[in-house]
Amino acid sequence: MTLKEIVDKLGATVALGEDRLDMEVEHAFASDLMSDVLTLKDTPVLVTGLCNVQTIRTCDMANLEVVIFVRNKKPTEDMVELAEDNDMVLICSTYSMFKTCGLLWDLGMKPLY
Amino acid sequence: MHQEYTVVEGDFVNAGKASSSVKKTLKQLNVNPQVVKRVVVALYEAEVNAIAHAYGGKVLVDIDADKIKMVVADKGPGIPDIALAMQEGYSTARPEVRDMGFGAGMGLPNMQKNVDKLNVTSEVGVGTTVEMEVNFN
Repeated sequence: MTLKEIVDKLGATVALGEDRLDMEVEHAFASDLMSDVLTLKDTPVLVTGLCNVQTIRTCDMANLEVVIFVRNKKPTEDMVELAEDNDMVLICSTYSMFKTCGLLWDLGMKPLY
Repeated sequence: MHQEYTVVEGDFVNAGKASSSVKKTLKQLNVNPQVVKRVVVALYEAEVNAIAHAYGGKVLVDIDADKIKMVVADKGPGIPDIALAMQEGYSTARPEVRDMGFGAGMGLPNMQKNVDKLNVTSEVGVGTTVEMEVNFN
């Protein structure tokens, strides 16, 4: 599915990468633990409640391109700037981690493991 | 090619700057992306450890045609029991470190999984040195 479909399903806002919403994605991983994200072998979408500069750094190291922040967390300017350098897409969902993941599952997204 | 970076105690905002820079260099050198990922994940974990646990330190990187050597040397409290620190899930991280998404006792195990050679030496009250090597082929 496309990121556009995800954004519509979540009623989310896009903090960065509005022009890249036609990107096709299939798998997602949800975690607030960045060391766990660093063990991923694939390049999926990250769903997280952790909204700080280390979220973006971790995605840079782990080659993650899309972050969905839950619970209405908004990335700071520093985070957006760093994410822009790495061609990332940042999406903000007002829903909880649980509900966000439920809606993504409903949409047909697959778990990484 | 030799690169050096300074790590400052508690400077979480800049944690990962050295790893990010090494990533760019290796990409420019056309190193296999999967190998690049292993290198930067290990180095990033080591950087975060130095910032989280020590009083600052240095990251030394040497890149040649077939491998990369990385040394993260800190001045800090040291690790009294390295075997225990290597166990997944063992952590002495402060709440501040956990707030940054780290401190779950996965750092040293993650380094081990991603590098071809890992050597950790430590002296209590002096500091810790993590030496890592990854072959490109």
